[in-house]
Amino acid sequence: MPSNPERPRRITLVRNGPLLVEGPVEVVDDDGAVAVSRRFTVAICMCRRSRSYPWCDTSHRNRSKLPSDRAAGADCPAADRSAEGDQR
Amino acid sequence: MKADLGAARPGKPQLPRPRGHLSDTVISWLRIGEGPLPTREEVQREGPYGADLQLALYVLYELHYQGFDGVDDDREWAPAPLSVRRYLEEAFLRALRADVPALGAQEALAGLLIEPADDSSSVSHYVKREGRLWQLREYAALRSLYHLKEADPHAWVLPRLRGRAKAGMAAIEFDEFGAGRAEDIHAQLFADLMADLALETAYGHYVDVAPAETLAIVNLMSLLGLHRSLRGALVGHFAAVEVTSSPGSRRLAEAMRRTGAGPAAERFYDEHVEADAVHEQIVRREVIDGLLKDEPDLEPDVAFGIGATTLLEDRLATYLLAAWREERSALPAPLPHVRTRKPARSVT
Repeated sequence: MPSNPERPRRITLVRNGPLLVEGPVEVVDDDGAVAVSRRFTVAICMCRRSRSYPWCDTSHRNRSKLPSDRAAGADCPAADRSAEGDQR
Repeated sequence: MKADLGAARPGKPQLPRPRGHLSDTVISWLRIGEGPLPTREEVQREGPYGADLQLALYVLYELHYQGFDGVDDDREWAPAPLSVRRYLEEAFLRALRADVPALGAQEALAGLLIEPADDSSSVSHYVKREGRLWQLREYAALRSLYHLKEADPHAWVLPRLRGRAKAGMAAIEFDEFGAGRAEDIHAQLFADLMADLALETAYGHYVDVAPAETLAIVNLMSLLGLHRSLRGALVGHFAAVEVTSSPGSRRLAEAMRRTGAGPAAERFYDEHVEADAVHEQIVRREVIDGLLKDEPDLEPDVAFGIGATTLLEDRLATYLLAAWREERSALPAPLPHVRTRKPARSVT
């Protein structure tokens, strides 16, 4: 959806989730690399965990823990990775 | 590999082989336009999730999509088979209503938004870790009953929605249908995937090898899409599909890469990782929230649609993993390799 002075581009902040931006968009990273998406809305990763960065791949989601993870406590690698919700 | 859907499809789909009394009489009726049809009592005697009932329902629903070779298009609205469809739907719905756990819509969605630590019952986790190419071919053949009409059943809900729910749903459907480009229609991307896997890309081709668990998933979409009274459940079902699709598609894409399935096979799932991360946000924030602001009484229906989808997907996963973990085909016979326009690659 093209933006214009009467209809500015809408960007939506999602708590513990991606930034939703009306497409098409170009995202330029620190090194000048450009990622392009023509989708009607694009979801831009805010947690930096996405393997499709800069696009969201739902990696921000919380994970349930196995009972054995809880028993293992801090020694368990899964327990070291705090959920995105805890980082904010 | 690019599949030419037009060239690959010589005509309309063929009527499937019957799997019992219900499907036999329904298929015979459609072929000749007259004859006996199952009564309500006969329908109620069959298992609601069984292959015979599910195939009879599938065949009647297909009249609303592509129809069948040799079946007059006008039989879509013939009163006699429509009455039978009603009996079949009653039996299916009654079973689902009894088996779907009673949860609120937000509670049901929240369950899907957490990635489970115990993934032993998940097909996508299984194929990512140890899936073999023959298993991915079986998976694609079964999923083709839906993916070759991807997003079609959900388009029926559009006239029944208003405001934010309608705008959000239409935007997602536009994306599913290629955003104006035929080569990007998701059903076309799936046909390309099937060509990479040396599968037949014709619409409905694999119905004869599909287990009841697969037919039930496709029938649920048609049931919810065709009934305005079930619009809340359709939206809930769609949300369940979109919310679970992105991480599942990541695992399937990795399985396709690991087994060397081919670039189109990888692309289908790669596209769904990114697309469905967006669709999930729109369906929850605009479609469900918009619908429930407009019609708050539909909240239990939204939850039912989510629960029914999860129930039927779990049944299919149990079926597939039981076969594959014993190194057995999940189909009646191993799938032949189909040569497409390009020479088929060596697939083992």
